[in-house]
Amino acid sequence: MIITKPRDWARIERNLTEIGARRVFIMGCGQCATVAGTGGEPEVREAARRLEEGGWEVTGWAVGEVTCHSGGTRLESRKHDTEIAGSDAVLVLSCGAGVQTVADAIAKPVFPGLESAFLGNVVRHGVFEERCQMCGDCVLDRTAGICPVTTCPKGLLNGPCGGMWDGMCEVVADRECVHVRIARRLAEQGRGAAGRIEPKDFSAKLKPGSLNLRETRRRGTGDAR
Amino acid sequence: MSRLRDALERGDFVITGEVAPPLGTDLASMRTAVETVGPYCTALNVTDNQGATLHLSSLAASRELLDMGYEPIFQQTCRDRNRLALQSDLLAAWTLGLRNLLVVTGDDPRSGDHPQAKGVFDLDSTQLAGVAAGMNEGHDMLGRDLAGATDFYIGAALFPEAEPWDVQLARAERKVEAGVRFFQTQAIFDLDKLERAVAALEPSGAKVIAGVLVLRSPRVIDFINKRLAGLMVPDAVADRIRSATDPAEEAVRLATEQVRAVREIAHGVHVMPLGLDAEVPRILRDAGLADAE
Repeated sequence: MIITKPRDWARIERNLTEIGARRVFIMGCGQCATVAGTGGEPEVREAARRLEEGGWEVTGWAVGEVTCHSGGTRLESRKHDTEIAGSDAVLVLSCGAGVQTVADAIAKPVFPGLESAFLGNVVRHGVFEERCQMCGDCVLDRTAGICPVTTCPKGLLNGPCGGMWDGMCEVVADRECVHVRIARRLAEQGRGAAGRIEPKDFSAKLKPGSLNLRETRRRGTGDAR
Repeated sequence: MSRLRDALERGDFVITGEVAPPLGTDLASMRTAVETVGPYCTALNVTDNQGATLHLSSLAASRELLDMGYEPIFQQTCRDRNRLALQSDLLAAWTLGLRNLLVVTGDDPRSGDHPQAKGVFDLDSTQLAGVAAGMNEGHDMLGRDLAGATDFYIGAALFPEAEPWDVQLARAERKVEAGVRFFQTQAIFDLDKLERAVAALEPSGAKVIAGVLVLRSPRVIDFINKRLAGLMVPDAVADRIRSATDPAEEAVRLATEQVRAVREIAHGVHVMPLGLDAEVPRILRDAGLADAE
């Protein structure tokens, strides 16, 4: 899931002040931001309270089911038509993808209420860790299911670097060096060393990513349009 | 030609030193350091934004050494450049007359003076060694022919004291496989571990130049333990310097003993004077290595 963090509140207030907005509609997200505890109903209510405390009028709020979903967000916006129409701006408590979906769906100034942090594993309830960067050129087959691209702070494929000491990482000092973990797991599984890994293909992750399953399927079934 | 390569392959015990390019354009203090330690060294490493802190480029500074009549070891870190820039600088280095290359991963930008910088790490040092080896064979990393090849003597860093050793050794072996012919080690305090590293790499034919630090003050020891990646000064060594009435003099004595010991084990010594450049001749002479005046 996408991990989000609260955004500097003063910056949000500045965004609203700069365009002279007095009335605000707030949109949360029922998916990742709800799990991350940043954009679910409690956080949306808290944002509303803070805005009102700061002198803004909150015309209404909603927590869309999946805010980055265009159709769903358009539908959710229609449900709150009047409240949105009466606002000068919309504050979105979701990741940047959700903010842009709302900005496409609503013809009002839309501002981000959170910072998007990373694609996170839910290690425990409320504990998230970045394990995958969606690089598009997966090396987990070589590295015993532990991603060095993401979990080594330097993203080295052939490690450890010279900073490793007593098996620990130099940069994130309370963590074991990921290359030591990889070597250990490979050995435990009787798979030998990782061997020399060639330079990565970073073109697999060129921006902006896009995938159209409809076209893929059409081509797959021989539909020539 | 590389004097360093010739000496190591001849079986001579080599001495390498290290100079840091300035933060700025005035080369005077770097030249002084070069003139102080250079005459006793086979070659001098020229660091590349060491410790992830800004300095004049190793490329330009290495050329300056060459013009002064000394042999540089051009250092290249993977932190600051992507594969286009790295390859381009390798070609530049060769045309500038630089023959020795030391490839390193580089400290993380978070530990340097520009913590907001983006660490590039497009390649790691093993991969970069492979790229340089490819250029020696006349092609770039895509396999395209170069109009004029390189013939670098390729070196890399080695960390004999960092455990687990099997993981370190595996990486060193991958570096050799990629084209590395010599290693320069992090500072050595445990000679058994140095011996273990030299013996393990013996079959590969790669040469090992062992690092010796001049731990001139308790403050320097604290700095190393806190800030320098992949290195801890053992308590016994630290206590010796801390309890000395003249720490700098004790550091010189310690370094002299270490150089003498390293001579029996490794193929060369890399002296890092940490500011005590002027003492390098004495250390080498007392260790029986230099005919210093």
